[in-house]
Amino acid sequence: MQEETKIIKVREALHLVKDPEIDSVSVVDLGMVEVVELSDEGVIIKMLPTFMGCPALEIIKKNVENEIASLALFKRVEVLFIYQPPWTSDRITAKGREHLKEFGIAPPPILDDAGEWHVDCPYCGSTYTTIDNIFGPTACRSILYCKGCKNPFEAMKPVSTMM
Amino acid sequence: MGREEKSMNITSVEEAQKDTSYYKALTALLYQLADDDFIIAYRGSEWLGLAPHIEEDVAFSSINQDTMGHAAMYYQLLEDLGEGDMDALAHARKATERVNAVLLEKVNGSGTYLTEPKYDWAYTVVRHYFYTQSKKIKVESLKNSSYEPLKHVAVKVNMELYYHLLHWRTWFKQLCSANGDAKSRMKAAIDKVLEEFDGVLALGPSGDAITQYRLIEKESELRKRFVAEMASMFEKLNMVFPESMGMKSGNGRKGEHTKDLDDALLTLSEVYRSNPAAVW
Repeated sequence: MQEETKIIKVREALHLVKDPEIDSVSVVDLGMVEVVELSDEGVIIKMLPTFMGCPALEIIKKNVENEIASLALFKRVEVLFIYQPPWTSDRITAKGREHLKEFGIAPPPILDDAGEWHVDCPYCGSTYTTIDNIFGPTACRSILYCKGCKNPFEAMKPVSTMM
Repeated sequence: MGREEKSMNITSVEEAQKDTSYYKALTALLYQLADDDFIIAYRGSEWLGLAPHIEEDVAFSSINQDTMGHAAMYYQLLEDLGEGDMDALAHARKATERVNAVLLEKVNGSGTYLTEPKYDWAYTVVRHYFYTQSKKIKVESLKNSSYEPLKHVAVKVNMELYYHLLHWRTWFKQLCSANGDAKSRMKAAIDKVLEEFDGVLALGPSGDAITQYRLIEKESELRKRFVAEMASMFEKLNMVFPESMGMKSGNGRKGEHTKDLDDALLTLSEVYRSNPAAVW
């Protein structure tokens, strides 16, 4: 198989690996995959960790290894976490942002020029929301409340190097 | 200091290992950064289920999880440099080998989380706020470190730290502006934390080498920035920052520690010691 075809196959397979805690969004749509490259014996996938203390990282690593191994294309599959460039919440793709909403999580807000941000309700779209807790049930989420549809909901925290 | 050192940029483990004195200074600093975050994250985690209200429980445990993640990154850098397995570095080192500041190892209060924890929230807010502010200053400086892998870690830590600092600043302001019990307890906590705070700002016996190799800026410079931040916060609260700080219970950077650390290590390494091969 051509090298390019192999890399395409790997990228396709990576779309099947979901965040273990948000099973509608793939690691690709989360913006976690930085590099896919072929090595002498196999393939190296370099990924960006979202939050460092996140216990899902090891599970994601294992799931990526298993998914790529099941392609039966490589003798060796290596998954590495790298810190450069840093993962930021604007790496989440448009598709990823839609799938987050389906899961009931508002996508990370885009910071305006003043560094301020606002989150709309992922259920009803209302802009009439309040933040209950910047921190949430996982490192990457905040807890909010929609005064429109009276639902509590979660949002991905904005993370930027500008902070 | 030569011109060469000013612009030095060490990009790989191999390069760092080549120069023995650079390696020594680098690892000395990394152990401080790792051990500080590790033990304060542990002390924070002891609050789980005991924080003043449920939202604080969520926030504080998230902060502790992040902070433990920061410690893990620094231990990982040490492992990469050949210092040994990172789990062993975190769990199996004796108190005398650790270089965390003494302030960060101290118990949250009397009792344990299992039996009658009489933890002091004022002390916790002040300790965490002051520590987080000083960490912010260090991390900003590390973004220009001569060791490139450390620079990258600093960028990562800094993004998460933003939320931590916001959190502790809010608590600090609110409790210091409240009336009655809160104010006097905060004042007592500030005195208690400052008695040990020199230990947090200290860069230890290798401090000169650490700054000469441009791993981080001078201790005196970092201290100046810390005092300036504090002075401005205290002024906003109509308080005066008492600039005198100490190292009452010893210099953790030299491996001097209290019984509190021995007790903590015994508890936190229990699972690790029962099965060092366990996957975390």
